[in-house]
Amino acid sequence: MRSMITEWIQDLRQGASAEEKVAKLLEELQKSNMEDHYLNAICKEQAIAAARAVDKKVKSKQQLGKLAGIPISVKDCLCVKGVESTAGSKMLKGYHPLFDATAVERCRNQDAIIIGKTSQDEFGFGGFSVNVGKDYQIPKNPVDSERSCGGSSGGAAGLTKKANIPALAESTGGSIVNPAAFCGVYGLCPTYGRVSRYGLIDYASSLDKIGPMATSIEDAALLMEIIAGHDNKDATSSTTLVDYYTTSISKGVKKLKLGIVKEAFPDNSEVESHVWKSIKKLEAAGSTYQEISLPKNAAYGIPAYYIIAMSEASTNLAKLCGMRYGMQEKIEGDYNTYFTKVRSNFGQEAKRRILLGTFARMAGYRDAYYLKALSVRKMLQEEYAKAFKDVDVIITPTMPIVAPKFSEISKLTPLQHYQMDVLTVGPNLAGLPHLSIPSGTLRKMPVGMMAIAPPWMEKRLIQLGGVL
Amino acid sequence: MPTTTKQQRVVDAPLLRKVAANARLSLTEEEIKLFLPQMKEILATFSVLDQVKTTAAWQPMQATELREDKAAASLAQEEALQGTAATKGYIKGPRV
Repeated sequence: MRSMITEWIQDLRQGASAEEKVAKLLEELQKSNMEDHYLNAICKEQAIAAARAVDKKVKSKQQLGKLAGIPISVKDCLCVKGVESTAGSKMLKGYHPLFDATAVERCRNQDAIIIGKTSQDEFGFGGFSVNVGKDYQIPKNPVDSERSCGGSSGGAAGLTKKANIPALAESTGGSIVNPAAFCGVYGLCPTYGRVSRYGLIDYASSLDKIGPMATSIEDAALLMEIIAGHDNKDATSSTTLVDYYTTSISKGVKKLKLGIVKEAFPDNSEVESHVWKSIKKLEAAGSTYQEISLPKNAAYGIPAYYIIAMSEASTNLAKLCGMRYGMQEKIEGDYNTYFTKVRSNFGQEAKRRILLGTFARMAGYRDAYYLKALSVRKMLQEEYAKAFKDVDVIITPTMPIVAPKFSEISKLTPLQHYQMDVLTVGPNLAGLPHLSIPSGTLRKMPVGMMAIAPPWMEKRLIQLGGVL
Repeated sequence: MPTTTKQQRVVDAPLLRKVAANARLSLTEEEIKLFLPQMKEILATFSVLDQVKTTAAWQPMQATELREDKAAASLAQEEALQGTAATKGYIKGPRV
């Protein structure tokens, strides 16, 4: 697909009004959101004021930012100044941040228009966006409303596909690439530390990454270029120089060595054969491929990921005590009584993960679960590092299936739900950049191919995206 | 505290109640009935990690680069307290 950003900016240069375009878009979204539930909040007044400011800049011939007048959606877990930001949880109802997340601020500095907060599994706890918080609505797949958008950045992917609006999304264990694959858009999850996490309502701090979604690789690359880079407000953000991702799009894939993960192609499924078609296209464009094996990631990725993620989540969510921001109840009783009362506003999956994470960190269990999972994580990271001695990019399907129907999801046990992440937890645990690239459709439902690169090699993924 | 054996790590209702109390969550009897078998299944499956021989300890992915310790502008008190049940410049909390 062509770059939506280029087209909008061209329109503005030719005299179109950003304010009119944004107002029209918001009106449409307000109506369609009643049905598809991609947005938890629409920031109409703020967006129109920002669009008006862009029109003023155009009129007075001031220099325009790279995202001048472009509507951008922001996942609900990222703070947007003055706009209710809840990470999809009733626990944060009424929280209006006093600052922008760094990724949001960097988009605004390029004259982007933030249009609203996209729906998600509560705090990111899910892969189908069905684990929304109490009183929230589940987003529907833009291709088939009986199916899931994927998750946890489900609203972001759905809106990107349906309205062609680039998104700022977030991944802990696959929450960017999973919904990108299920909705048929590009989703780029960067190296851990590439994008500042300042202003992110955290799920698991050693795993959380912020990245873009878009309908074209051009738009995904541009957004990544804008949000990446060191930020002194996040001590884990890296000072490694940021590449010019937009120039990587046309570099081609000649001589790139692809590693096809044997364990990710177990049964010649239709999804697998669609991904093979993309691999063949890359071969035709000059890359080579070889089979590789990542048996440890296949066997231990899910338990290691969930133990670490839940342990970190249970500590991160401990700060939500109903006093300083978000949900507050009538203050009565002692501390423990009050905290327990206010924390009944967590949804069922949040409670389940807090319980499992608290258990995995308790005295007597910590060594067997949490510390063991951390050392397994190191082992899995080393398995990737070894594979990258032979290949430049690792390829798997993004998800083993197309977006499932809600009726199918409701039959899954929590464990089966977790096991759906088998392909995405690996690169997330190892902190590696990964991109979901649309790879055709299967009876109308989108299929995604996932490409994984060594740390800081986002540009290599964008080269692949530029060819497909 | 010594590491527990696999048998000792089976969750039962009293242990689940203890975990919930530590996490400041109140569970109904229905929730305990729902969560207990689910947690047992999840933890039994995750115990596959017991078989893995690991040697390396986990290292954070990035060295934390600390910024210089100097005063900078921050939120004003009234700003920070907006949206809370604050009174007279203090956050209102339950009694200790």
